[in-house]
Amino acid sequence: MNRFYVVLAVVAVVLGVAVFALLRTGGGSASAAAAGPPPTVADDGFRGYTLGQGSAPVEITEYLDFECPVCANFATIQMPTIKEQLINTGKVRWRFRDYPLPIHKYSRFAAHAAQCAGAQGHYFEMQDQLFEHHQWAQTGKDPSGLFRELAQTAGVNLATYDTCMKEGKFAQRIEYSRQEGDSLRVDGTPTFFANGRKLEFRRLPGSDDFKVVVDSMMAHAAPPKKPQTH
Amino acid sequence: MRYRQTIALLALVGCFVALYLWLHALGYGGAIKCGGSGGCEEVQTSQWATFLGMPVAFYGVVGYFALLVVAVAALRPAAIADRGWDTMLAAIASIGFFFTVYLTYLELFVIHAICRWCVGSAVIMTAIWIVAVAAWVAGGRRRAPEAQVS
Repeated sequence: MNRFYVVLAVVAVVLGVAVFALLRTGGGSASAAAAGPPPTVADDGFRGYTLGQGSAPVEITEYLDFECPVCANFATIQMPTIKEQLINTGKVRWRFRDYPLPIHKYSRFAAHAAQCAGAQGHYFEMQDQLFEHHQWAQTGKDPSGLFRELAQTAGVNLATYDTCMKEGKFAQRIEYSRQEGDSLRVDGTPTFFANGRKLEFRRLPGSDDFKVVVDSMMAHAAPPKKPQTH
Repeated sequence: MRYRQTIALLALVGCFVALYLWLHALGYGGAIKCGGSGGCEEVQTSQWATFLGMPVAFYGVVGYFALLVVAVAALRPAAIADRGWDTMLAAIASIGFFFTVYLTYLELFVIHAICRWCVGSAVIMTAIWIVAVAAWVAGGRRRAPEAQVS
């Protein structure tokens, strides 16, 4: 019996060291004020970049995390069809909100890079770059150099971008968005709301799912037809 | 006794697997070590990675730890002959096993991604369940002749 407890203790120590080693080697070096949560949070009134017309009957709000592979898949595979079928046709306005998950070391940094690009009018180009070259999210390495290259490809002025990233200019904005997501019970990424109502999908949604949601909302919102008089 | 020792050892291993996933979910350690497949990230960032407001891995830590504590307590000389411990282990293992089946279903048919750590945990929990049920059945067989004698 005593020998068993010795074995149990040895296994516990070995596994404890293994977990410690895994956690220790998993990180990189956070490099800027943009990479971490700010000490204070302020509402600057910003509510996310949007695609589509303001007059669209349905507004979809997406809480996304740039390091999340599902968000990247959604952005690169589903979003082009959604743009074509729902946004460009005036049915939907799409709003992007940041929800950096704590399990991701560089998702705030990526969100910040997108915001800094956005300040120069290139948010969507930078978003495309970050999602289309998503290998950075799998390496665990500090992506600041790569993000500069992506920003340059997105048409961003690098000197202004560097200053913005160094200052962590939009760190509070990103944290505000995350806290807003918490208050709305966002529990993963991507999470979607349609005209303020949280969308629950039994599986990861595709463009067809959004078409169904939007058509349904538009049908219910449509004014009742006047009875025909003969 | 062998059954309970086996459960204690498996629960200890499972506890550390769940602990790693839980600490990762809390933001420690950066990118998850998953063999580069990305499946772990996909599973861990999905909306099914939390349950009742807590990371799913947290429930794994609690479940495995409970199994470990009960199995070790059941190894005390005073508890060896008590079949109630087998029943308790089988009950906890069954809850864990069915929760594992549900999580595996989500991975395969909803999220469409496989997390190797989750598969590892599923194998451990399934093994615990098999051993716990076997111990419970074996305990019942030993007790049955005694009941007839008395």
